[in-house]
Amino acid sequence: MATTMTQTETFVGKRVRRREDPRLITGTATYVEDIQMPGMHYAVIVRSPHAAARIRSIKTKQAEAAPGVVAVYTGKDTERVGPVPCGASLPGLRVPHHHVLATDRVYFVGHPVAVVVATDRYLARDAADLVEVDYDVLPAVADPEKALAKGAPAVHPEWPDNTAFTFHQEGGDVDKAFAEADLVVKQRMTSQRLIPMALETRGVVAEWRGADRQLNLYTSTQIPHLVRTLVAQMLSLEENRMRVVTPEVGGGFGSKLNVYAEEALMGFVAMKINKPVKWIESRRENFLCTIHGRGHVDYYEVAAKRDGTILGIKLKIIQDLGAYHQLLTPAIPTLSVLMMPGLYKTKNVRADIVGVFTNCMPTDAYRGAGRPEATHGIERMVDLLADELKMDPAEIRLKNFVGKDEFPYATATGLMYDSGDYAAPLKKALEIVGYQKLRQEQIEARKQGKWMGIGISTYGEICAIGPSPATPAGGWESATVKIEPSGKVTVMTGACPHGQGEETTFAQITADELGVGLDDVLVIRGDTAIVQYGIGTFGSRATAIGGTALYFALQDLKAKIKKFGAMLLESEDVTFSAGQVTCNRTGKSKSLQEIAGASYRALKLPPETEPGLLATRFWEPPNFTFPFGAHIVVSDIDGETGQIKIRRYVAVDDCGNMINPLLVDGQVHGGVAQGLGQALWEQVVYDDNGQLVTGELMDYAVPRAHMMPWIENDHTTTPSPVNPLGVKGVGEAGTIGCSPAVVNSVVDALSPLGVRHIDMPLTPEKIWKLIAGGN
Amino acid sequence: MIPQKFEYTAPKTLDEALLLLAAGAKPLAGGMSLIPMMKLRLAAPEHLVDLGKLKDLNYIRETDGTLHIGATTTHAEIESSPILRKKCPLLAETAAAIGDVQVRNMGTIGGSVAHADPAADYPAALQALEAKLALKGAKSDRIVAAADFFVDAFTTALQPNEIIREVIVPVEAAGTGTSYQKMFHPASGFAIVGIAARVRKKAGNIALVRIGVTGLSNRPYRAATAEKALEGKLGSATEIQNAAALVAKGVDANSDLHASAEYRRHLAVVHAARALMTALARTA
Amino acid sequence: MKIRVTINGKSYSHDVEPRLLLIHYLREVVGLTGSHVGCETSLCGACTVELNGKAVKSCTMFAVQADGASVVTVEGLATDGKLHPVQEAFWNEHGLQCGFCTPGMIMASKQILDRTPKPTEEEIRHGLEGNVCRCTGYQHIVNAVKAAAAGAGK
Repeated sequence: MATTMTQTETFVGKRVRRREDPRLITGTATYVEDIQMPGMHYAVIVRSPHAAARIRSIKTKQAEAAPGVVAVYTGKDTERVGPVPCGASLPGLRVPHHHVLATDRVYFVGHPVAVVVATDRYLARDAADLVEVDYDVLPAVADPEKALAKGAPAVHPEWPDNTAFTFHQEGGDVDKAFAEADLVVKQRMTSQRLIPMALETRGVVAEWRGADRQLNLYTSTQIPHLVRTLVAQMLSLEENRMRVVTPEVGGGFGSKLNVYAEEALMGFVAMKINKPVKWIESRRENFLCTIHGRGHVDYYEVAAKRDGTILGIKLKIIQDLGAYHQLLTPAIPTLSVLMMPGLYKTKNVRADIVGVFTNCMPTDAYRGAGRPEATHGIERMVDLLADELKMDPAEIRLKNFVGKDEFPYATATGLMYDSGDYAAPLKKALEIVGYQKLRQEQIEARKQGKWMGIGISTYGEICAIGPSPATPAGGWESATVKIEPSGKVTVMTGACPHGQGEETTFAQITADELGVGLDDVLVIRGDTAIVQYGIGTFGSRATAIGGTALYFALQDLKAKIKKFGAMLLESEDVTFSAGQVTCNRTGKSKSLQEIAGASYRALKLPPETEPGLLATRFWEPPNFTFPFGAHIVVSDIDGETGQIKIRRYVAVDDCGNMINPLLVDGQVHGGVAQGLGQALWEQVVYDDNGQLVTGELMDYAVPRAHMMPWIENDHTTTPSPVNPLGVKGVGEAGTIGCSPAVVNSVVDALSPLGVRHIDMPLTPEKIWKLIAGGN
Repeated sequence: MIPQKFEYTAPKTLDEALLLLAAGAKPLAGGMSLIPMMKLRLAAPEHLVDLGKLKDLNYIRETDGTLHIGATTTHAEIESSPILRKKCPLLAETAAAIGDVQVRNMGTIGGSVAHADPAADYPAALQALEAKLALKGAKSDRIVAAADFFVDAFTTALQPNEIIREVIVPVEAAGTGTSYQKMFHPASGFAIVGIAARVRKKAGNIALVRIGVTGLSNRPYRAATAEKALEGKLGSATEIQNAAALVAKGVDANSDLHASAEYRRHLAVVHAARALMTALARTA
Repeated sequence: MKIRVTINGKSYSHDVEPRLLLIHYLREVVGLTGSHVGCETSLCGACTVELNGKAVKSCTMFAVQADGASVVTVEGLATDGKLHPVQEAFWNEHGLQCGFCTPGMIMASKQILDRTPKPTEEEIRHGLEGNVCRCTGYQHIVNAVKAAAAGAGK
């Protein structure tokens, strides 16, 4: 009778098309902006046009009298709303009090100053123009190195050195390594500020049900439960009186791994006006007031022996923090330090970070968060070293890799690399691209005066973030699996996918474990009223940690299913497979549907067994996972204009076992696009007054279809021993692997001119100047 | 994202539109430049007259050996027009280089030219084509040469109550080759520099050269010295390089985040050489 | 101001403010929230709809300009519960991740195929110039358009 439920087909490892897509391709998905409620009000935020100023006065009378306006609130009204939280802690960290609305002073362009609430979004926008703020404009500083200089304007008057923290980490004996070195290569390099640019801007709908003391907050976030805990605190509301719903989320890339002023502010407004209120960020606001990424100035020194053996690395990071700490701001550069040795064996490292306040939007986690900077640094340095030693860049890497028989491998920065075969993806990529032939071609091309480059990057990353002691908020993840009386399966994950596709991959895992069809499984996420507490989706963690929590919950259920099956079959010798419990002696079986029905009907129960089929697991990972890979870029440069054409892009990634290779490829492609964006086009530019020059898509260049090369991607598979699925994570790999491969390729192309390094983005003008100057 | 309030009229006839303009209204064509500015509240016209619905301004026709393009003809219509592709391919090629598909579907030649963005594409072609613009007001009807039309960035010879009625370009004579070469702005797609070239060959020699330049400075222009340097020549690579080297001479080049004045000037030379080379190849 | 617009084959009549953007009209007045707003400078393409058969950015147009026009949005593509070939191809080829750009991307892709039934990769990429996707790196979108073209030829 239950044959439809029985499934011998398995799904893990297959290119299954996504189960979330039907609603997305038909335009019927619900994003925050799509939510409508009776009596909805609309908020528009008045923001500072100055990077640094004292607020002399704010006049709201005219705005309050404007048509449709029900309220205007300023910093005076919201003073008792708790500060925007910083979750990261470092010794001696200076944490400025971050009000949701500015009180007496503004610290960056876009700083929220007032909120106008009206019955109509057009009227709210009109009234925002009527709020009069009298500013006493102060000198600002937008560049972190200038901010450290003597006499620079103080971003926060109480800390005139603009230093939020310093951080030191050391492993091995660096001084000895440098003393024994045959040579030391040094380079200053930057990893510029970037705008994450999720296609859906942020947005919040807040609904206050006063009689129930219940606040419903619909917000476009990667971390609904953390938002609930932290925003409830900010609003002095009992956490169980607050529900955070994350509807469809239109991309995050780390920019929605945060708690923002506007989330608490909308809660505050809804509680004040007793009506639902909606705030949707404009793209301009998104550029000004959603976290930026990167913002590094790095000073590297690498010591080596003449044979290419790397002996030690010194790194000084100047991190542009912006004016405040958002959720993880100061922690991001510490991730760079953890990854600074890359895939190489050196045991001697020394890192110093200076976290610097500037009159800019805070930086925080953007795809890769600290690891792209580290990978860019070490992969550039290895190329510089190879160049100095006249070694082939592939050869020097192979020489220094941690060997595949050395895992688990303890790094100089205190990590334990889980598993790896670092030479494998490099060798595969070299073969795919036809490396030797290309080097021959390059020799010919150079004779003809052509600029052709081949760049290699071999990256490693810290994923599955991460064990709780290493994270600010708990590094576990949760899953609940319910088998309903009909045998249908509902999964609730504490992760919060927003495009990655876990509604599909988690259904694949579940279907295989329970022997049911994909259509029998429903995956729910992103609603704190339905889903048990969870951490969220970021740091390439959802599958490796959330998927593992799911896996263990499924094992619990399978054990219980077997007990019920054994009871129904009146046999202890049973097997559960393909959705059936079968008696090994008689061959008789009971379907999952029959067992589920019996477990809820509960006419009879196995010994010491409760009715129902439900299991929840919170899984704490014992370690991070460490994916790796090799990217190779072949570039041709137009010597007349300086334009770079990417002729070939080969990416061989090892993310452990793949649940769905189709989705893995999609993650790699998207990651590469963002890496290429940083390498070639994207940069946040603030002028000396702290005005954002790249304030719109008119000026901030993101990759478009015609700007992207074809990505030839392939994989090697080294399962992770950290979790039973053997998965590592792949969300950030493309971004991390990409930028050094591009820059190495272009530097390689220009190396006959003596070019050693170029800072990103590699704009045509920069390249042209090098060529014109070199000739 | 939300523009200020305004009054809107969509007149049925051109005369009606001109009367409204005379009374102080602002024209709305495809809206591709104006509407984003209104949404950012950088522009706030009180009264918009929608020219988009005037059927009598949407045409491409040939009369007396010249081509007449109505002001509300879209970039997409120009790009795909069989008659323009055959008889004035430079204009079709230029239209194809504007913005993106959606922008070309809505944006109009009249709107773009009247807006006079210094990084717009058409002005290069119009200069090279020695195009004429028919301007019309409630009480005026005049023809202005493209050379005189563009005054400065976002400033033209249009009077406040006038609109562009049509753009007039020549039917290319036999033996003419043309090309538009552009350095795309990576974010906006506008021209960092755009060069339109026309080359006509007669009996093996270059008889006529026209070079229009956009993006380099606040005002699009014809590079007359460069043109003269190539006329009468055979068109060797060296001759083309020498002529191209003159396109930016003495020009006050713009400078911004994406291209310094020095680089822009250099790009003008490079793209002029490429445009001339391609145009010359197309004379065959 | 009174306007009459045919949307996805159905006729609508509303009194609207002249400044109401077409995208807001579609989303908030008519209730078709498939088309999205991703920027204010006409550069992201998330709001792309078809106006009298041409792909346009509905955030850079006033609803009053669409008076008398026929509009097709992503919601109007599937017929009798059967997905449009472009929708089907986006699904099969994993041409989307977060889905926010997808409705506009699908409308732009449809325009490519309406004009060039057998596009080259270059034609596809140029046809998508006006649409930003931050998730996919475009490769699976390119595959989807190719697949839709191949499917239509069968």
